[in-house]
Amino acid sequence: MLRALFTRAVSLALSLGVASVVIFVLLQAVPGDPAAFMLGLNAQPDTVAALRAELGLDGSLADRYLAWAGGMLTGDLGTSYTYRVPVADLVADRIWISAPLALYALGLSVAVALPAGLLAASDRGGPADWGTMAATQLGVAIPNFWFAMLLVLVFAVTWRLMPAGGFPGWDDPLAAIVALTLPAVALALPQASILARVLRSALIDALDQDYVRTARAKGLSRRATVLRHALRNALIPVLTILGLQFSFLLAGAIIIENVFYLPGLGRLIFQGITQRDLIVVQSVTMLLVAAVICVTFLVELAYVLADPRLRRP
Amino acid sequence: MRAALGAGALVTAAVAAAALLSLIWTPHDVTSLDVAARMATPSGTHWLGTDHLGRDMASMLMAGARTSIAVALVAVGIGTLLGVPLGLWAAAHRGGWLDEVIMRGNDLIFAFPSLVIAILITAVFGPGAVNAIIAIGIFNVPVFARVARGGALPLWTLDYVMAARVAGKGAFLISAQHILPNVASLLIVQATIQFSLGILAEAALSYVGLGAQPPVPSWGRMLADSQTMIYSAPRLAILPGLAIVVTVLGLNLLGDGLRDWLDPRLRRARA
Repeated sequence: MLRALFTRAVSLALSLGVASVVIFVLLQAVPGDPAAFMLGLNAQPDTVAALRAELGLDGSLADRYLAWAGGMLTGDLGTSYTYRVPVADLVADRIWISAPLALYALGLSVAVALPAGLLAASDRGGPADWGTMAATQLGVAIPNFWFAMLLVLVFAVTWRLMPAGGFPGWDDPLAAIVALTLPAVALALPQASILARVLRSALIDALDQDYVRTARAKGLSRRATVLRHALRNALIPVLTILGLQFSFLLAGAIIIENVFYLPGLGRLIFQGITQRDLIVVQSVTMLLVAAVICVTFLVELAYVLADPRLRRP
Repeated sequence: MRAALGAGALVTAAVAAAALLSLIWTPHDVTSLDVAARMATPSGTHWLGTDHLGRDMASMLMAGARTSIAVALVAVGIGTLLGVPLGLWAAAHRGGWLDEVIMRGNDLIFAFPSLVIAILITAVFGPGAVNAIIAIGIFNVPVFARVARGGALPLWTLDYVMAARVAGKGAFLISAQHILPNVASLLIVQATIQFSLGILAEAALSYVGLGAQPPVPSWGRMLADSQTMIYSAPRLAILPGLAIVVTVLGLNLLGDGLRDWLDPRLRRARA
């Protein structure tokens, strides 16, 4: 048990290390000197050199990597080239949009996928099954940013029920939730479709098992059998998919934030790219990747705790 | 489920035909701007109307299909050419350090949110179709490696592979002559799925301005252009999106249909 945990913890640390090197090296390939870029065309060479020193750009590649990676571990994400404020502060402002958005979308997708998957599996081969499968087939084929545009067209432009974009801040929680609703729905659509399909096939597999027949034979109602026995076992693959989809959710949020002009982490990355604020791009990307790797680790951990067969390393 | 296969094949063939046709003929030149006819509604001359620069929508959609298919196809090609040999290699040396290194490396690529890194790659090396292809292609490598390895592993215990080993064939020959043909159907199905994911990824990248650059038409870019005109001309936002949905739906149906056709055991519960 402990050994299994240890192996996974080592692999987590290794993944984070390799990921940070990859991101760091990738961003070193960007042409141009950020210091020269910030100071403009007429800057004196010594001013540029001074700024390079101030930004920590004058050390060797290894020194710069160690300084950055060490800083990341202690919560120091560097200083933004353009805003001249700690990147951690920029992230702290924006995470209050991105994280609630991702959670909102996750909640919506589970809320839709759970009943849909149950309905489809219990009506296997019937009209409800067929309808759900057709809907999910469509759901995975629609690009979420286009779905977002359609939502804007219907709910903001035609019916004027919802704002078309922007974020009013959390001072007015209701308005904030309303502003995040269309983006969350757009993000949740493909997620819910995939989840519903996975849940359906896991449930169908579980319903074929002997313990389900036993439960029915001892007089448990069909409904109780599905909920108490089949659903519990079917939730294991669903959990895997939820963990895997976290990365899709993060990436999807980046695009969706652009559709709705939400000032979240995704917009921050794009601003960083257009303003050549590379330290912002580097640190925020690393944060997103680290979040995905950690979630994957937690899901694996949950398995090890739940399934004794996985305790062998 | 034969219906899914037929419908998927038909839709995919139609989109591919439109893309191929656009190489030699489109109703109008996609690079020609006709400002006098801008925002025209559908008519005999412009079947689907024109956009804000007077470009013919039908022609743009046809040429956009070409861009989408080209990017997704080459990205799938990269994934297959690199991933399949890696996966077969890992399976041939299963349990060894090489297998471990290949699979751990794959785990790592899986851990990266693909679109985030694709955005990063195109941002660092400049936006454009070629970098979009590379960015999407890299993430296809572990997918194909995993499928090839997973399909190959059980085959290595079979009698005919044993016989080939006894006959003195090396791991390379066995992989090429006996394993590969037997995992081909799995790979074809996976290629169809990755193809449709590639179309979606290309659309997302070009939507945020990191895919094919103007004047090369692309569906994602058309959507981005239409966003500010969604009030006045929703048609411009609806048509390219429909094109993406129809193409992806066709490919997914084709993939599902192929899977059922090639492996009847899977006809039961599918995810």
